[in-house]
Formats: sequence, C-alpha cells, structure tokens
Amino acid sequence: MLTLRLYMLQRLSALVMVPLVIGHIAVMIYAVQGGLTAEEILARTKGSLAWAAFYGCFVLAAALHASIGLRTVVAETFGWTSKGLDIFSLAVGLFLSVLGLTAVTAVTL
Amino acid sequence: MQSFRSLLYRFSTMTTLPSSAPDSTVTKKPTRDVLLVSIWRGEADEGDFEAHSVPAHDNQTVLDVVSWVQQHADPTLSYRFACRVGMCGSCAMMVNGEPRWTCRTHVSKVADDGALTVAPLRNLPVIKDLVVDMDPFFDKWVAAQAVHHPSHSRADPMQPVSTQTPERISANEAIECINCAVCYAACDTVANQPDYLGPAALNRAWALINDEKDAARQEILDAVSGTGGCHNCHSQGGCAHYCPNELNPMASVAGLKRATAMRFFKGR
Repeated sequence: MLTLRLYMLQRLSALVMVPLVIGHIAVMIYAVQGGLTAEEILARTKGSLAWAAFYGCFVLAAALHASIGLRTVVAETFGWTSKGLDIFSLAVGLFLSVLGLTAVTAVTL
Repeated sequence: MQSFRSLLYRFSTMTTLPSSAPDSTVTKKPTRDVLLVSIWRGEADEGDFEAHSVPAHDNQTVLDVVSWVQQHADPTLSYRFACRVGMCGSCAMMVNGEPRWTCRTHVSKVADDGALTVAPLRNLPVIKDLVVDMDPFFDKWVAAQAVHHPSHSRADPMQPVSTQTPERISANEAIECINCAVCYAACDTVANQPDYLGPAALNRAWALINDEKDAARQEILDAVSGTGGCHNCHSQGGCAHYCPNELNPMASVAGLKRATAMRFFKGR
C-alpha cells in the first residue's frame, strides 16, 4: 500500500513544508502588527513571482503530502487496494493542487 | 499500551459467554479455588465461547488451564504447544483479549477477577478452536527475504565475526525471536492491512541485514520496500509491548526505514 517511493515523497514533502509553514506564520504575524488591510496585502502580493513561488511550492507539497496520508487512512479504514486506491490518491492530489493553485494565482497574478 | 481493537475484542469476548454450556463444567462466579474459563470453540466465523470451571492453583499458567480443560472436561479441544518453557513459540493465544505465550503466562498476572477468556491468535486464520494457521505468518518471512543467504560455503574457512561491531550488536538485539506470532497478533497495521509483512518478518530481515555473514542485503532491502513493506508501520509499538522475549521489532522496522531511505538518497 505504501511503497518506499510514496513514503519518501511524503517525508520529503513534509520537509519542504516545514520552512514554508514557519515563513507563512512569521509573515502573517508580522503583517498584522501594523493593521494591514486585505487591499494592502494584495498590493504587495499581486505580480510578485516570489510569493507565487512560495505559496505554489507550499500548495504542491501539501497536496502531495495529504493525498499520500489519506491514501493510508482510506486503505486501512475501508480496505481499498490497487487501482481504486491509486485513483483516489491521484484525485485528492489533483483536487487539492487545483484548489490551492487557484487561490495562489488569485492573490499573486 | 492497549489498542482500541484489543479493548473492543476484550469487551466482545467478555460479553459473549454462552449460557448453554454444560452444567457440570460451569459455575456462576469464579471463587478463590475455581477459575471461570471461557474458551473459543469452532472456526473463525463459526463457533462460540464455551465456559468451564477449572481448579485454581498457585503458580498456574494459562497453558496449564487449557490443558486441564482438554484432559478433564473436553478432550476434543484443539490447541498447540510443545516445549512448555518459552522456547518453541507454539502456544501463543489471546488471553483476556491480549496476545500471550501461554506456557509462561501466570494466571495470577492476567486473570480478571478469577475469569479468563482464551481465544485463538488474532490476525491469523483459525483452523479449529485455539489452533491458527501459521502459513500466512511464515509466508511473509519468506516474502521479506527473512531467510539466511549464505556468503560462504562449507569449503571456505570459518569466518571470524566480531561481537563488538554496531551491526553485530543490532543483529543480536533482534535475534532472539521464537516465531510465536504474539507481535503479529498485537499489530493493528496487520489487522487493517493484510498485505503488511508484519513485525516478526521485518525484525528478522533487520537482523539479517546487520549480519555480516548474510550475502543479500540489497535483496532484503528490496523485499521490505514493496507494497506491504516496512514503510507501512505506524510505530504504535504493540509488537514491542507484547513481545514475550522483550525484543523491540518496532525499532527494527525503524532501522529498515532508515536503511531504505539512505539507499533511496544514494539512488539505488
């Protein structure tokens, strides 16, 4: 159910997320100190390739990490195996990627 | 540590004592001199618990109790044992919902107010009564390449082995497994994922990887990296908690995860 490749992908995606989560929380705390409005935040993120790359990486890593984690949960809870499980994992990963990347493009492009 | 499934199992077994067991063998309540023993009779999906009153003695093991029932109350009871001294690994059963080696488990340590529920090992198909089919358990040892791969022939001179290397020390820590399948019965990952190789096979694989006399390290790492391999372990620790020889298969599985990850980074 969980092969070495999936195991490593999940661990490595977690490794990618660690600094991104810390950066996200740090910037969030810093940004609200002076009472920034949504408009002021968008003014900083719109057109920023750096923020697009930052949150784009975060979304892809989270989608990868969550789809592998849910794969395990579903397999052990419902006894799903092989193809159905692969389709489920892929669907969850794609859904989270599309959802997240839509949000990222909305605030950065 | 006691898993939710174990608790659930224990509850279900404690509440399904048959009311129609033979009168001559049943007392309503356990006393100081009598144990109320409930034993699984039948196959996995067809059967029921049968109640017996068994004389209580000092220094009595669970295997003594099961043997008493077979010798004095019901000679058709099937169970498995051999050495009676904790070496052969053949007498493991579920006792009050927890996997135990019954020949070395004292009744006084596990009885619940004078009551015992004895059932076949969890996670293995039941053949009859307390006897389970061990084939799936040992098939997984073979699937994990947990068999010795000779590096020398008998024509070669004897290979000296240092007892002090870190690898040998790791191998020694994992080597005293008696194949009793207690860890396998305790493992919730096996219960939820029948393909999982299980703690015993992976523990043996880890011992062999650290054995300088074994010639198939890469093959073993390949075998434990597949669909039901070591990466499916959730480190719940039931194996280490229940292992009667106080081994730590969970640590062995963690060792396999480290070894396979290192190999992954090296691109092999």
